[in-house]
Amino acid sequence: MAKLELQNLNKTYSPKVIPVKDVSLTVDNGEFLTLLGPSGCGKSTTLRLIAGLEQPTRGKVFIGDRDVTNLPPGKRDISMVFQSYALYPHMTVYDNIASGLKLQHMSSNEIRERIRESSGALGLEELMGRKPGQLSGGQRQRVALARALVRRPEVFLLDEPLSNLDALLREQVRAELKQLFEAQNTPVVYVTHDQTEAMTLSTKVAVLNRGDVQQLDPPQRIYTHPANMFVAGFIGSPQMNLLHLKSDGKNAVLGDYRIPLPGGFTSPPDVTLGIRPEHVRLAQPGDAHSFQGRVFLVENLGMSNLLSVQLPGSENRTIRSLLPADRPWSQEDVTLALPPDAIHWFNTETGERLSNNTRPLVSNTANSTPLADSNPRL
Amino acid sequence: MTTVQQPVQPQPKAEARETHFSSKRVLLTIAVILVVLFSLAPILWQLLTSFKTNQAISAVPNVYFPRPDQLTWQHYVELFQRRPFLNYMFNSAFVAVTSTLLCLAIGTPAAYALARLRLKGERIILGLILIVTLFPYILLFLGLLEIVRAAGLANNYLALIIPYTAINIPLTVLVMRSFFLQLPRDLEDSAKVDGYNTWQMLTQILLPMTVPALVTTGILAFIFAWNEYIFALTFITRETMKTIPVAVAQLGGATLFEIPYGPIAAATVVGTLPLVLLVLFFQRRIVQGLTSGAVKG
Repeated sequence: MAKLELQNLNKTYSPKVIPVKDVSLTVDNGEFLTLLGPSGCGKSTTLRLIAGLEQPTRGKVFIGDRDVTNLPPGKRDISMVFQSYALYPHMTVYDNIASGLKLQHMSSNEIRERIRESSGALGLEELMGRKPGQLSGGQRQRVALARALVRRPEVFLLDEPLSNLDALLREQVRAELKQLFEAQNTPVVYVTHDQTEAMTLSTKVAVLNRGDVQQLDPPQRIYTHPANMFVAGFIGSPQMNLLHLKSDGKNAVLGDYRIPLPGGFTSPPDVTLGIRPEHVRLAQPGDAHSFQGRVFLVENLGMSNLLSVQLPGSENRTIRSLLPADRPWSQEDVTLALPPDAIHWFNTETGERLSNNTRPLVSNTANSTPLADSNPRL
Repeated sequence: MTTVQQPVQPQPKAEARETHFSSKRVLLTIAVILVVLFSLAPILWQLLTSFKTNQAISAVPNVYFPRPDQLTWQHYVELFQRRPFLNYMFNSAFVAVTSTLLCLAIGTPAAYALARLRLKGERIILGLILIVTLFPYILLFLGLLEIVRAAGLANNYLALIIPYTAINIPLTVLVMRSFFLQLPRDLEDSAKVDGYNTWQMLTQILLPMTVPALVTTGILAFIFAWNEYIFALTFITRETMKTIPVAVAQLGGATLFEIPYGPIAAATVVGTLPLVLLVLFFQRRIVQGLTSGAVKG
């Protein structure tokens, strides 16, 4: 058991194609790090660099005190679960799980004992004699997991292991994964483009874009304090409202309204107001920032309604608001309130977060999203 | 009344559909029989001829259903007693098997490299390989004759093995490459993470999955080598080293004017039999999609 450390990892294919620019990370024992990002952000390449399936152009990979940068994958003491499961089709389930151990010249008694242990937890005993072709998708997934667990490696790597399962199964396996890896006191690196998986499973999330780490924080903080506009727009569903506004130094100008900027920094001329749809609510008397708008689209999401509202005045601005399903609203015109606590300010030009305020965000709406109350460890 | 009539009504429809369905089936069966007869007729005729007595073979009108006294083993006995037919078969088998194995041994690694490595000029290499397959191999023959003579390879199995191997390599490379491209890369990555070194990965993971493709291309190469005539006729003149096609063509009758139809037919059957058995034996391997279940499904 050892921590995993990446130092200034870079992978360059050509001057224009740089999937991983400069990634430095540490994953401690028992930590579950998720690399999250849109496709092409370099998350899979980073994982392959850790595994040794690709050689970095620059930078180092440490597992514990060992510099494994130049070791082949088989000598790094890692195990990996692939998106396609990558089971050997000509071997039985038992042989698939045993393959890594056999190569370590482990005695067959010990192999049997270990397989019994890991496959019992995954409910695979009945399937030991079958070939992968005779298994369902979920069963193959479990075999792939068992093959990784049975090795008892120093680091676990998982490359979108849930993306080939159907939605229902995915939720179930996600919960199992969480329990499974909480029991392992080992660094886990998990790659996904699915923010729900990232939020629910991880102790730490690294949001990647264009080969750079945009933010490295626990999931809750990524949600409440996105470090820049990319993270703000990528995390959270439905997507955060981002309104590009002019600033007069102290206030942001939205049509006829002026929204005071928080103090503590000099405001750039262009600012972006970010507010999550679940924090935009119907105005009540006494609300600070409220706006009249016209509802032009209602999307029913079951437990809530997503309203798209056109703000009056300048430049056809729209804002989306997530209301609980039982909350009525007047069909055409609504007055929306933007709670100051829930507003994020960004520099439009650089995309960086403006406020350095660290007080916890009060979720003062009746809405709850599955993402908001994600990780019990926090 | 309506309650009585209603359940009756659908029945005629169902019947009509059934008769329609069965008439379709009858047509299909007839078509299948016709196609099978059309393709098998020459072979069946050879088979029949090889068992008929000489009188029955030359009888007019043709004997399609010979009486017991018109049947004989004599042609087969003659092949093996009066001629060294076992010897010819050995020659053919040796040359075909060796060239097929060589072809797979050389072509498969090349195909793997072409499928997996990012080579510069890969398209050019593939284009050249494709052009070689389009080249009529008869045109190579005169040049090869010179080479064989210069190298002193005449009446040597190598004079056949080398060209057969060379001619079949482009096909092997193309077929195996497209097969390797289908193999999910994750499997090889997974093997590397598990700790297989390159040689173990090739022999324990890739090779077992490659068997169907190897068998398919191998059979194609084998059939070519087994049936090849021109090279075998020219490069081999010693009687004991001749291959089956040459030997069959050179079967002579007792006199110049007699064509030994019976022995020729018997030789054809004996020469074809190994190929038929080979394909039947490997049929399951050829059809089997061994990679199913490796990845998502």
